Amino acid sequence: MPARVRTALRYTVLVAIALVVLFPIYITVVNALLPAETIARRPPTLFPLHPDWHSFSLAWSEGNLGDYLRSSVVVTFSITLAEVTTSVLAAYAFTFLDFPFKRVLFALCLATLMVPAEVTIIPNYRTIQVFGWFDTYPALIVPFLASGLGAFPSRQSFRQLPRELRDASVLDGYGHWRFLARVVVPLNRAMIGAFAVFSFLASWNQYLWPLLVTNTAARRTVQVGLRQLEGLNADQQNVIFAGTVLAALPIFLTLFIFQRQLVRGLTAGAVKG
Amino acid sequence: MRRRAVREAALAYAMVLPAFAAFVVFVFYPLAKTVDLGMYRVPPFPGLPSKFVGLSQYASVLSHSQFLAPLWNSTLFVLFTVPTGIVIGLAMAVVAHRELVGIRVFRTIFSSTIATSVAVASVIFFTLLDPTTGLFAYWIGQRGGTGILGNPTWALPAVAVVSIWQNLGFSFILMSAALASVPDDLMEAAAVDGASGSRRFFRVTVPLISPTLFFAAIIGVISGFQTFGQIDLLTAGGPNGHTNVLLYQIYTVFYENADTGTASVMAVALFVILVVLTLVQFAFVHRKVFYAGEG
Repeated sequence: MPARVRTALRYTVLVAIALVVLFPIYITVVNALLPAETIARRPPTLFPLHPDWHSFSLAWSEGNLGDYLRSSVVVTFSITLAEVTTSVLAAYAFTFLDFPFKRVLFALCLATLMVPAEVTIIPNYRTIQVFGWFDTYPALIVPFLASGLGAFPSRQSFRQLPRELRDASVLDGYGHWRFLARVVVPLNRAMIGAFAVFSFLASWNQYLWPLLVTNTAARRTVQVGLRQLEGLNADQQNVIFAGTVLAALPIFLTLFIFQRQLVRGLTAGAVKG
Repeated sequence: MRRRAVREAALAYAMVLPAFAAFVVFVFYPLAKTVDLGMYRVPPFPGLPSKFVGLSQYASVLSHSQFLAPLWNSTLFVLFTVPTGIVIGLAMAVVAHRELVGIRVFRTIFSSTIATSVAVASVIFFTLLDPTTGLFAYWIGQRGGTGILGNPTWALPAVAVVSIWQNLGFSFILMSAALASVPDDLMEAAAVDGASGSRRFFRVTVPLISPTLFFAAIIGVISGFQTFGQIDLLTAGGPNGHTNVLLYQIYTVFYENADTGTASVMAVALFVILVVLTLVQFAFVHRKVFYAGEG
């Protein structure tokens, strides 16, 4: 086969796949911009000649997307910050300090990786009730203040720092906190960044737990809020589509900015070298 | 000297305390409590006290179709989603592997579904599969009546397709990273030896990326058994329980029937399944670290 034909064939395949992958997203945006009665019309409108942005403001106010997004932002930023902090602190202790029961505690930390949150929802739901936290931010945040997923890779990565760095910092009069803040964290920022993006994505996408512990629009996260939106009538389908766009947009932007960290975080442990 | 050791230990405990406080209250205690709750039978009428029945509730629930049917549905779901997701992700990675003008645009598009969530994807497809107004329902000839999501045979495969689509971005990123780790000189050597393209792929590339394929499979199975959002948003377990997967059943029994005992037994069973899978994955990670150290 001549090289030019081959190249043309390659592009054809690439474009075909891109169309299939992108079409559901494309048609969502198109439908969000169409008047509701046009969406069900056949043949379908594949390009909105007269885009109608009204659906977005409806989704934002009457669809409560504004409230949902605020909850999601508060919860996600709190969890990410907390998980990174608790993981870095624990990993530092496990790497640079000596203390009784160190191995046992580290094993327990690893053991949490085997207990996904889905398994413990029943007692945790009761705990939230006992604390009086139902439908509050603490219910959405506090159960996820720490993650074994963070402590483990942090320790693996901290351990690769040369021992001499610590010795040198002691000579410079650095205590542990200063060594942590000035040396360990800056030198491991790639790994910490990858974990932060991963943690951000995981908490933004949570569904079952927020569904269990919230029941008002003011506290529902955006993923659970979509469930309310899905129940809208057929004559408001443009609002449903606009709502999904609003729900996905922050993550599209985040991922666009943090592409490198994301790929790192997702493929950590999966690919050799 | 001893005082220094004591001070170091105190600092260490202070540093691990925040993480462990959360672990104790929201991981270890509830895990033990779930096992315990599974031993109490909840009476069918609210207000009556639960009765301790020990392991007999485990025996009765785990042999009952209310557990076995959802377990089977979860297994089917995993079989539908995991192999297909890996093969498609790998195929996309192969197509996007070669450097061409504009390839970065295609790579971004291929990864794009990573920015959707399970809920976003489910609501989009739910609306597009609506039997009266949905475009996809129109295209696949499922207009009127219950639609594909209300069809006992096709509802679970349809949910699987939505999940595969939502996961394509992740699968593609994973497989692309694996392909990028295959050394070029190895491929050139194979080409010089006269190996054809497909032969090179199956004899050289696939064995080299097998650790990633295995990782993707295990991760896929683990998350497959934790499927919940798609079911809740697309079918609510229906029609007639045909898409009622394990976690959705736990949710229904606990949240809607308030049968904490039965739900806890099922949660423990789910835990055991996931632990076995996670241990397999850990064993694999250790092997990987070992190989990496050798190379």
